[in-house]
Amino acid sequence: MSFPWANHYKPSHPFMQWLDEKLPLPRFVYNAVGAGYPVPRNLNYFWNFGILAGVCLMLQIVTGVILAMHYAANTGVAFDSTEHIMRDVNWGWMLRYAHANGASAFFVVVYVHIFRGFFFSSYKAPREMIWLLGVVIFLLMMATAFMGYVLPWGQMSFWGAKVITGLFGAIPLVGEPLQQWLLGGFSPDQAALNRFFSLHFLLPFVILGVVILHVWALHIPGSSNPTGVEVKSESDTVPFHPYYTAKDGFGLGVFLLLYCAVLFFAPNALGHPDNYIPANPMSTPAHIVPEWYFWPFYAILRAFTSDFFFIPAKLMGVLAMFSAILVWFFLPWLDTSPVRSGLYRPLFRKFFYVLLVDVLILGYCGGAPAAEPYVMISQIAATYYFLHFLVILPLVSSIEKPEPLPYSITEAVLGKDDGAVLSANPAA
Amino acid sequence: MADEASIDTPADGTGEGVRRRDFINIAAVSFAGVGGLAAVWPLVRQMSPSADVLAESSTEIDISAIQPGQAIKAVFRKQPVFLRNLTPKEISEADAVDASTLRDPQTLEQRTKEGHKNWLITMGVCTHLGCVPLGAGEGEVKGEFGGYFCPCHGSVYDTAARIRKGPAPKNLEVPPYEFTSDTVVKIG
Repeated sequence: MSFPWANHYKPSHPFMQWLDEKLPLPRFVYNAVGAGYPVPRNLNYFWNFGILAGVCLMLQIVTGVILAMHYAANTGVAFDSTEHIMRDVNWGWMLRYAHANGASAFFVVVYVHIFRGFFFSSYKAPREMIWLLGVVIFLLMMATAFMGYVLPWGQMSFWGAKVITGLFGAIPLVGEPLQQWLLGGFSPDQAALNRFFSLHFLLPFVILGVVILHVWALHIPGSSNPTGVEVKSESDTVPFHPYYTAKDGFGLGVFLLLYCAVLFFAPNALGHPDNYIPANPMSTPAHIVPEWYFWPFYAILRAFTSDFFFIPAKLMGVLAMFSAILVWFFLPWLDTSPVRSGLYRPLFRKFFYVLLVDVLILGYCGGAPAAEPYVMISQIAATYYFLHFLVILPLVSSIEKPEPLPYSITEAVLGKDDGAVLSANPAA
Repeated sequence: MADEASIDTPADGTGEGVRRRDFINIAAVSFAGVGGLAAVWPLVRQMSPSADVLAESSTEIDISAIQPGQAIKAVFRKQPVFLRNLTPKEISEADAVDASTLRDPQTLEQRTKEGHKNWLITMGVCTHLGCVPLGAGEGEVKGEFGGYFCPCHGSVYDTAARIRKGPAPKNLEVPPYEFTSDTVVKIG
């Protein structure tokens, strides 16, 4: 769907006319990310991050497919083949660092994208499906990232795999058989490494498929915008090309500068030295931590130290960790305020920033050793995390008095909207 | 069947009720569904531990060289096993504890074989999140209860490898084993 005033695709060259009849791919692109797609004129730089996430996915697929040409998923040689990539393969060091830091960049971008959604309530009707698909993408990303981290078969790879698959062992009755089924053995070994490699190769393409659905669903109502007021007339929009191709291009340039700065000057800053030690099932590293992007959820997992009613602490931690993401699926129905944008919701806005700080605290605790005071801080922060979504959001939605909304995007941008007078008169 | 009833009209000719086509639809879809499920089973089962992995799941260990107070690490199912020759002092320490007060109540007798009470054989896998506890190797920290200490999240096990402190829910697991002679143990 598009707005009635969208530009129409009119190929002038005979070849393009011929192609348009047989396979209207250029028409599709024109209507999706070209001049034929009208977009709200007031999008700020937070709206760059969807495109950036798409770029990150492509970056990971390209570097990943190349790495797979030089890597061998065998416990005997996996570590050595990773070092072979680093030392012997032409430009291998860059490709591997690009892939490893690309994962971090992908998560940075996606976290900003998600919190953009939180602040501007992008998940509200009519965009619930976009949000739900987005949460699915995030879950797939986590699974993919976890399995990718296992592949170099270093100490952190091995023990990360052991701890994370051990979580499934906490499930009553079926836990242990399930864990053995996932690993194809009693602890991570050849079977697990080989299937993780297979799935790590497959899942990015599944993600790509869901991304296509995500963008398809987006193109039905069109992008939201910082005011949260829906598009009313042509003056509220500009064509995607050249306006947002230019704006996204600029954002992409800034992103690539930051990404390359890390890639070339601090490629190991986000990694763990322990992963440069080959996997040893007989010896555990002193401090096992996942990659930084899992820290908030890891903190929630470890926050449960004693049994909760009849549920064992370990199982409770696992349930809480998964619930921390699953609760996002219910977000469109937990936040019942008719106003979307946090810019016009004074109370909601305050709690948004508290949540942001809360997640940062959880992240810090997740990377810290499991000792006091971090355990207690995690417990408080995890409690607040769930309180925010399950209690505070519905409550704020019902008691808050939002600030007055602009009549239209045009009015928000220009200070006045001539259309407002015209359409107000017949209604009066 | 001489009437040659159409498959699209009910047998009674009233226009209601069950048509022959309904039966054919249900039968065909059911058959395909059962076949589909049967085809999924191998796809699911291939994930389970394969024959060679299961074949490794029994191992024999010579314990004759382990002096009292010493322990060795062996491998069972690609995971560490601790075989420990307890000293009389360690045995009496373990026996001195009232088992019913423990998180996972077990006595040393229940965790060892009859006549071999000095041989404590457990998995070297912390029951919290699967790390390898310290205490079996020469010079490693044994924790405040003289057994094992897990450095990951601070679980402390006593001389019967029972959980005494920290987040682990269970005692170190005792694998299935038997003494094939006085000096050889078969685990698994």
